[in-house]
Amino acid sequence: MEQGPAAGSAAAAAAAAAAAAGTGGLLLPLSETEQQRYSELFSRCCPPPEAAAGGSSVGELFRASQLPPDTLHQITEVCGAKRVGYFGPAQFYIALKLIAAAQSGFPVRIESIKNELPLPRFMALKNDSEVRYGTPAELHGAKFQVPHATLEKNSYKRTDEGDKQEPKSPPMSPICSPPASPSTYQRIPLSYGYGKSRSGLEQQHGAPYEVRHSTHQQDGPSSGNYGAKPALGSSTLNRSLSAEREQPESSAHYSDDPWRITEEQRDYYINQFRSLQPDLNSFISGSVAKNFFTKSKLPIPELSHIWELSDVDCDGALTLPEFCAAFHLVVARKNGYQLPEKLPETLLPEYLQAASLKPIRDCTLFDSYSEPLPGGQQTRDFARTEKASAEEVPDNTALLQDAKKEDKQALKGSTALKTIPKEFQHLTVKTAAQESNALKARPRSRSYSSTSIEDAMKKGEEPPTPPPRPQKSHSRASSLDLNKIFQQNTQAARSGWLPPPPPALPPRPSVSQTEQVSEVELLPQMNRPPSQAEENSSAKKEVVLTQPPSKPARRKLRTETQGLETPELSPTIHVTSSLPAVKPHLPVQKQSSKQKRAIQTAIRKNKEANAVLARLNSELQQQLKEVHKERIALETQLEQLRPVTVL
Amino acid sequence: MGGGDGGGGDKMAVCIAVIAKENYPLYIRSVPTENELKFHYTVHTSLDVVDEKISAMGKALVDQRELYLGLLYPTEDYKVYGYVTNSKVKFVMVVDSSNTALRDNEIRSMFRKLHNSYTDIMCNPFYNPGDRIHSRAFDNTVNSMMMQVC
Repeated sequence: MEQGPAAGSAAAAAAAAAAAAGTGGLLLPLSETEQQRYSELFSRCCPPPEAAAGGSSVGELFRASQLPPDTLHQITEVCGAKRVGYFGPAQFYIALKLIAAAQSGFPVRIESIKNELPLPRFMALKNDSEVRYGTPAELHGAKFQVPHATLEKNSYKRTDEGDKQEPKSPPMSPICSPPASPSTYQRIPLSYGYGKSRSGLEQQHGAPYEVRHSTHQQDGPSSGNYGAKPALGSSTLNRSLSAEREQPESSAHYSDDPWRITEEQRDYYINQFRSLQPDLNSFISGSVAKNFFTKSKLPIPELSHIWELSDVDCDGALTLPEFCAAFHLVVARKNGYQLPEKLPETLLPEYLQAASLKPIRDCTLFDSYSEPLPGGQQTRDFARTEKASAEEVPDNTALLQDAKKEDKQALKGSTALKTIPKEFQHLTVKTAAQESNALKARPRSRSYSSTSIEDAMKKGEEPPTPPPRPQKSHSRASSLDLNKIFQQNTQAARSGWLPPPPPALPPRPSVSQTEQVSEVELLPQMNRPPSQAEENSSAKKEVVLTQPPSKPARRKLRTETQGLETPELSPTIHVTSSLPAVKPHLPVQKQSSKQKRAIQTAIRKNKEANAVLARLNSELQQQLKEVHKERIALETQLEQLRPVTVL
Repeated sequence: MGGGDGGGGDKMAVCIAVIAKENYPLYIRSVPTENELKFHYTVHTSLDVVDEKISAMGKALVDQRELYLGLLYPTEDYKVYGYVTNSKVKFVMVVDSSNTALRDNEIRSMFRKLHNSYTDIMCNPFYNPGDRIHSRAFDNTVNSMMMQVC
């Protein structure tokens, strides 16, 4: 069977360079198991209708073989894919055989594959583990080919996959797990290092997960008759047992209870909660939660049952512990667990609330790790980035709201957010402290906004209150410049520098209005109303220049100066009405205002991106529905035709 | 049925049904007997009586309308009680005539429990009003009220 296509594409390739002539004329003898394995791998890398395997998936597969990149390049060349430009069946099979040869220590040559060789070994392949999950298996398979930035469904599925990883990979000590724990959120197609970290994480997990999921790992290898993998699997188990002994505490927690929420899961749930509802003390309404959980693609009756179980007080809304319980049940169900009849004890809200006090502290470490990650492992941490951005945006909007309202408490405002219990304050303080990092991180995360479609959707459901727009026509450019100029000018003013008097004063329209405006703005200000006004009207400098030197006295004479200034200021204020709006910010936090502006622009851009993506998503979903209908129609036609042909 | 009576200080119904506003069943559960359909017929015919009672209350009395409708009609074997909610969802309960221990108060309390369970279902965002009821919590409530037939 394999020799047919090999001969076919070999014939096509025969016209090529001499180096490949050997490949062209070669007929590979493949054993039964080899044929099976290869065809399985090939069909995985290459959806059936196509003739050639996708380059990226093949590349990933090859990397999973853990051969050095040079060897892989060599293999690619020798098998003929480089020359031909694609991985047809022949090239693919030859490549697999070469991989097996290389792994057995033979040089990468055509001759070496003429021998009997063991099957090539690939790390981190989820073969049968996918089959267990029934319908999601197809999606998993599809995930191998689908590029990262795709439909919202897939992205949610991927985080779902990340969810699935969570039961298998609890965090232990924050030191070793954070580099690994984000990788659990990686997509499967990512590099083989993922597989390593996964198996590494599996070590510390409790027995039942091991039993269930490491068998998944083992089934993968065992089905392929791998030599090394089963050993790896059993060694994983051994290591897990020893690791369990090492960490009696965590094993005591996770020993045999799939209904227990691990630290990492809790952290993830809390982030998801935050993406729906920034206030962790408040609740998610029923419709919001419904839309959110519907995305998990579980059937509605099951979701209904999950809701029944988790909404303990039956109020149609989910508080944070209820949400965590519900999410955990969704995750468990997707992993194949049957839903319980009664809510397990470990998922009760009281239990979760009590348990939340301690683990949240650990969550702060994960948050801190989430910060550098968006900058760092961009290709790996889409979900993390999404979460980080999702987490940061609400936090930043919350910060912004507070900053706008209460100047002085711009930074503390996040911690003073209503009545957040202290553990959540840890989170918010940390994120506030890392706001500057976030600002740098988010521009990058924005570039992957296509993967944060789900966040856009979620945000679309219940967008956090947008930061109050800075008053009126806050022109960014001018205010930025003027801020700097204000700062400069205060010092300049103090030193008595006098700018030239304005050539002429423009007419003073609506003096009363602007008076009020200016008074309101001037009040919070202590030091530099006139100098700012001067800069406001750089084209029209005032005679107010006499004011600057008397700054210390101005405070007492504030009302007088206001009275004096308002006539002069009113024209300028009218002209540059936006700028006085900047004044309230200046007194205390110059930096925070800059940051705020940066945040605002980032938020605006994010919002636009979100809107665009939401629209794109809805369009794509419609298309998908249509395609589904067509498919159903075609299938029914096919069914009707079939009995006719069979006869 | 005799066994049910023996334990029967508790409230025990033979059939409980929830009917939607448009008079189609959202939920029917009866004690498994040889001819369950007769319960369905009974409930169906009782709907006429329910409608009669509702309209008989008069438009003026709509606010004061009681939710509990009381005994709808007795048959030789059974008694049928009715209860209607403000959203015109009807609960119909069929009890065994021979179960004389059941008092009006008890029936009222059973209906109240049913109503509470029903509102809990309503709170579930995944439940669309007008769907059949598949809630396990509701099943449990109903089961607790049904006669246990050994």
